[in-house]
Amino acid sequence: MNNLLVANSVSKSFGDFKALNEVSISVPKGSIFGLLGPNGAGKTTLIRIINQITMPDSGEVLLDGLPLMPMNIRDIGYLPEERGLYKSMKVGEQVLYLAQLKGLSKQEARERLKYWFEKLEIGDWWNKKIQELSKGQAQKIQFIVTVIHRPKLLIFDEPFSGFDPINASLIKDEILQLRDEGATVIFSTHRMESVEELCDHIALIHKSNKVLDGKLTDVKRQFKTNTFEVGMQSDNPEEVTRIIKEKFEVFPATFKNLNDDIKLNIKLPEDTSSNDLLSFLTSKAEIHHFVEVIPSANDIFIQTVKNN
Amino acid sequence: MNHLPLIIKREYLNKVRNKSFIVMTFLSPMIMIALVAVVAYLSQINNDKKRTISILDETGVVGEVFENTENTTYTLISDTGFETAKELVKAKKDFGLLYVKKSSDTLNLVESVNFYSDESPSVSIISNLERKIEKRLSDIKLQNDGVDIAQIRASKTTVNIAQETFGGEKTSKIDSYLKLAFGGAAGYLLFMFIIIYGNMIMRSVIEEKTSRIIEVIISSVKPIQLMLGKIIGTSLAGITQFLIWLILGSVLLFLVSAIFGIDLMQIQSPQQDMINQAMASSEAQNIAQDLITGFVNLPILNLCVAFLFFFIGGYLLYSSFYAAIGAAVDNETDTQQFMMPIIMPLVLAVYVGVFTVIEDPHGTVSTIFSFIPLTSPVVMLMRIPFGVPIWQQLLSFAILVCTFIFTVWFAAKIYRVGILMYGKKPTYKELFKWLKY
Repeated sequence: MNNLLVANSVSKSFGDFKALNEVSISVPKGSIFGLLGPNGAGKTTLIRIINQITMPDSGEVLLDGLPLMPMNIRDIGYLPEERGLYKSMKVGEQVLYLAQLKGLSKQEARERLKYWFEKLEIGDWWNKKIQELSKGQAQKIQFIVTVIHRPKLLIFDEPFSGFDPINASLIKDEILQLRDEGATVIFSTHRMESVEELCDHIALIHKSNKVLDGKLTDVKRQFKTNTFEVGMQSDNPEEVTRIIKEKFEVFPATFKNLNDDIKLNIKLPEDTSSNDLLSFLTSKAEIHHFVEVIPSANDIFIQTVKNN
Repeated sequence: MNHLPLIIKREYLNKVRNKSFIVMTFLSPMIMIALVAVVAYLSQINNDKKRTISILDETGVVGEVFENTENTTYTLISDTGFETAKELVKAKKDFGLLYVKKSSDTLNLVESVNFYSDESPSVSIISNLERKIEKRLSDIKLQNDGVDIAQIRASKTTVNIAQETFGGEKTSKIDSYLKLAFGGAAGYLLFMFIIIYGNMIMRSVIEEKTSRIIEVIISSVKPIQLMLGKIIGTSLAGITQFLIWLILGSVLLFLVSAIFGIDLMQIQSPQQDMINQAMASSEAQNIAQDLITGFVNLPILNLCVAFLFFFIGGYLLYSSFYAAIGAAVDNETDTQQFMMPIIMPLVLAVYVGVFTVIEDPHGTVSTIFSFIPLTSPVVMLMRIPFGVPIWQQLLSFAILVCTFIFTVWFAAKIYRVGILMYGKKPTYKELFKWLKY
């Protein structure tokens, strides 16, 4: 597989505290990679190591197959969770300054900034100071700062916090477009619905260790329990339920439907297929609802963290 | 990539464009000048006040010693009693009445001289009157004893010791005052500069921390670059401010003195006073000459070069501490406990400079303190006008540079870790641990 970023057994300690323990991840080119984990798991440390803000104690990070070098800072765009801009500096000047620090020339930065101002419809902010903007407006500026130098690798730490739904979806579309244009995205968040929506790969870090990683669909396949959600109608629901319970492992199910008498989650043994279940059920009652239970990212997250 | 110039430029522009900086830069010299002008004006009004003092001398001995001066007119009242004289003085609205009562012992007037006035007179007026009467009486006593006053006057001599080094350089008291003034000014300037602009650096580090922009910046530049950029940028802003003050100050001083016609020599610093006193005790022409030769004799080139180097060295040394403190804390109120160790050696340096360098510029104490890196910039700058061997200056500067490199390294370590630490106020122990991260 063609990976843009590879971390090999990266460890980092702060005094006696081990923040990262032999963590390895591979971020495929052109993917959106979800970096997940509870608070304090070590995500931010890993992100800082990728950004060369902190140096790992051991292990290495490769970008495009080569160890990270100081010149790579222009290949990476980082939106930290704790945002901030110079409050008393004007928007235009500030973005130009930060873009120049990323290696753009002033002229280049100015042109791209104009492009982004038009795109995000914020043309008249050039001479405004950050402290005059609302939080959401400042976030937009922060987003531009992150992407203006067209980095190969974009790292977003909770990118949607502070945005209203309209702007959140605007930013989401921008992220997807950047991905389509060839950028690779590392995406760190606690909002599992956005992981579900955006990520195609994930890695889960818990207590300084990587406990899970892979393609989201593979992970889900790994976590699925061969359980089916079934809704049926019958003249004698108690009897039907009793018969099913005798044969299979059953949990109560809740879902919205029009007057189904029987709502069940049925877990099948390894050797039984969904067709076997269907043919068994059709003889007992009238099936209105039949769907495989796919674990959500949320379930996977909670389950993994609890089991470790 | 070297972003240092970019960072310096931003820090500089950010400081210089700041409203409070502009206000401070242009307002404070105005305020200073206004203050000086007001003080000068007020003291002039005070001096200009014309007084008339009437004298009723029943002894007939002291009356004639009072000669009119610019501000005080003395009028002798005779042939009236005390009560009438009092009424007369009140009616004339004179300042006061000096009444010398007739006494059996004319030469012992201890209890028979009185002064009457509406407002109580100042100490200087009374002591002036006393001095005159005392002098007159002692003259009379001397004459009564058969001493020739003229002879006594003639016997008064003044001595002015001419000083010369073994190397053949002529020095003088004025020379010393001049050296003191130069050294003191240089040392004090450095002291002020460190405190004012060191604090500015610290605040700007804290600002970056609290606005949380720091993480964005250091994902682009190395923390040490950011720190150095900050220090240099802020210093340049400081130098700009100083230059503006210097220019503005002298222009305004010139204007004010031209407009109000105030003699600026009258309102000079204590050193100037000393020089003035020295002038009074010697012939003015010689003094002027001494001043000029003294100025020429000053190791000007040495002074300028040393000033530049020690100023920069000392400033960088301390400002790196300030930057580290700013990085270690979250807000300005937490800086107190870390400020003490910085302010202490600075204050010590100024005290050592003021008390020992004046006493003995090449004594053990001042020599030692001009080598200790935390005090050397200030103390050495104060010593140099008195002539410090080049090897001492070089050695002291070398020590300073080594320490400076070490402290910048040390500060950069703390800075690097500190800027990403939020929440609790670190202890010294934790700061020490950060060095190993």
